[in-house]
Amino acid sequence: MEKFYISDFCSLRNNRVFKNGEKIYYDVTSESIKDFAKGLYKSLDLKYPKFHKMDELCKLGFLATEVLISHMEDVDQDTALVLSNRASSLDTDRKHQVSIDDRANFYPSPAVFVYTLPNIIMGEISIKNKLKSENAFFISEHFDPEFIANYSQVLLQTGKASNVICGWVDLDNDKYDVFLAFLSKKGKKELTKKELNNLYNQ
Amino acid sequence: MAELQEELKEKIIEQLSLEDVEVSEIGDDDPLFGDGLGLDSIDALELIVLLEKDYGIKLKDPKEGKAIFESINVMADYISKHRTK
Repeated sequence: MEKFYISDFCSLRNNRVFKNGEKIYYDVTSESIKDFAKGLYKSLDLKYPKFHKMDELCKLGFLATEVLISHMEDVDQDTALVLSNRASSLDTDRKHQVSIDDRANFYPSPAVFVYTLPNIIMGEISIKNKLKSENAFFISEHFDPEFIANYSQVLLQTGKASNVICGWVDLDNDKYDVFLAFLSKKGKKELTKKELNNLYNQ
Repeated sequence: MAELQEELKEKIIEQLSLEDVEVSEIGDDDPLFGDGLGLDSIDALELIVLLEKDYGIKLKDPKEGKAIFESINVMADYISKHRTK
């Protein structure tokens, strides 16, 4: 059976950003996810006005992807996206609910409503990086390295994707946990459930 | 009218999260869509909500928005003629 590898990985937690085990960004001042995301966006020197329109969950997934691929010149169009989380889009679902609670003041925002699905993250990542690939978003209580590794491996083995960006992008009640890995045919860390789990827990 | 135009620019920047845009950068006759501010279809829906919420103008047909949202001047003119609040 052909082997695949985890060539790069990154995490966003507690205002800190790690890439391949190295801390590359630390924001000591921001008290909100919005401010943390804005600071990281600036530090990455991104010029993508649509970023500011995204909800916080999308911003986190989008920024993590930019961190993950920042050293790459280009990403293959058929790089698949396999993401997961626990809270789905609950953070934005709640904001939408507030806007429709009061029948006398009923002004739901279309810009909020479009983010009431977690898989919009993958749409934003695909638009920015011109991906035309397989994508799937799964909901589970915890990061499930076995499932994510198996699913990604099938995509790679069957030739449905040349690479896979996979991981966990979760946000709920101002707490976030983001971990992404880039899977390909080259790398030093073999793609296994154990390795993926170890990197997630770093 | 000039006051309404400035108000609209501020509301558009805030409502549409145009973080990198200043009020002074939006010309009164600049196109809001396409090559101008580069707004998209979701932004158009947000502007329809803004008209209703802030000025009491309810568009019967969302397609009307295409003409009304041509520029700040056109939008301000329409609001001043049709506003109910």
